[in-house]
Amino acid sequence: MTHDEIFAKVRVTLVDALNVDDNEVTPTSRLKGDLNAESIDFLDIVFRLERQFGFSIPREDLFPEAIFQGDPKFVAGGKITESGLVELQSKMPYADLTEFRKDPRLDKMEDLFTVDLIVNYLESRVNKK
Amino acid sequence: MRWTWIDRFVAFEPRKSAVAVKNLSLAEDHFADHFPGFPVMPASLILEGLAQTGGILIGHANNFEKNVVLAKMSAKFHREAVPGEQLTYTTTLVDLNDTGGRVNGTVHVGDGLVAEAEIMFAHVSPAQLPPGMPDAKFVFSGELAYLLKMAEAATGTAKPA
Repeated sequence: MTHDEIFAKVRVTLVDALNVDDNEVTPTSRLKGDLNAESIDFLDIVFRLERQFGFSIPREDLFPEAIFQGDPKFVAGGKITESGLVELQSKMPYADLTEFRKDPRLDKMEDLFTVDLIVNYLESRVNKK
Repeated sequence: MRWTWIDRFVAFEPRKSAVAVKNLSLAEDHFADHFPGFPVMPASLILEGLAQTGGILIGHANNFEKNVVLAKMSAKFHREAVPGEQLTYTTTLVDLNDTGGRVNGTVHVGDGLVAEAEIMFAHVSPAQLPPGMPDAKFVFSGELAYLLKMAEAATGTAKPA
């Protein structure tokens, strides 16, 4: 399956789960910021992707919760520290941190959950098979 | 008022499907207001019955050990339901994992389709419950669980006490 084919399937999933239009779903769309996903929608998205792709997806793989556990080593003054960024990249290897690194505010972290993140993750799973 | 919006389970296949019925009676209070002179079953209460039917299916899958909360629902209505009719709630388990489950459901009167819905439930830990909410596994305490026991007894799937 190519990257584009996976994107097309992910788009269908997001259109169904989030009640958005086809053209609203682009590779860079943020699930919360652009597509108005709420936390419960993440569970819905995982269910639908599992059906679409036929393998199980541990939620932490795609949408990890509580990455930093309030550890001051990782977060200080509302910002993610250098070692926090290392931890983040290891927990979310499919996220593109380039933009985020410029202003790594904790409250901006939700912007990392993009359509591309899902597509990249699924691509790695599909190709591993 | 008792918050039980099904009258009886008529079929229950663990981890697969649950079917319940609800008889609509003009004596139910809500028909007086919904609407005066034109009693129709409120759509939200139809969905509540369907969600209770499906919620039991999800809860039963984990022996009622997890809190199951209604998380998300999309529904389509085809016609109204009126006093004197019997609603049949049919729910089928579509997905189930640690974090929650999903069922597809239909509501019929006889062969006529009243509504269809997709319902998602989430498993929440006691710590995730809203403040003040008891860790009571929600719908499973009380009457619904009793109704299910009756159904299990009827279908012979009940475990010995």
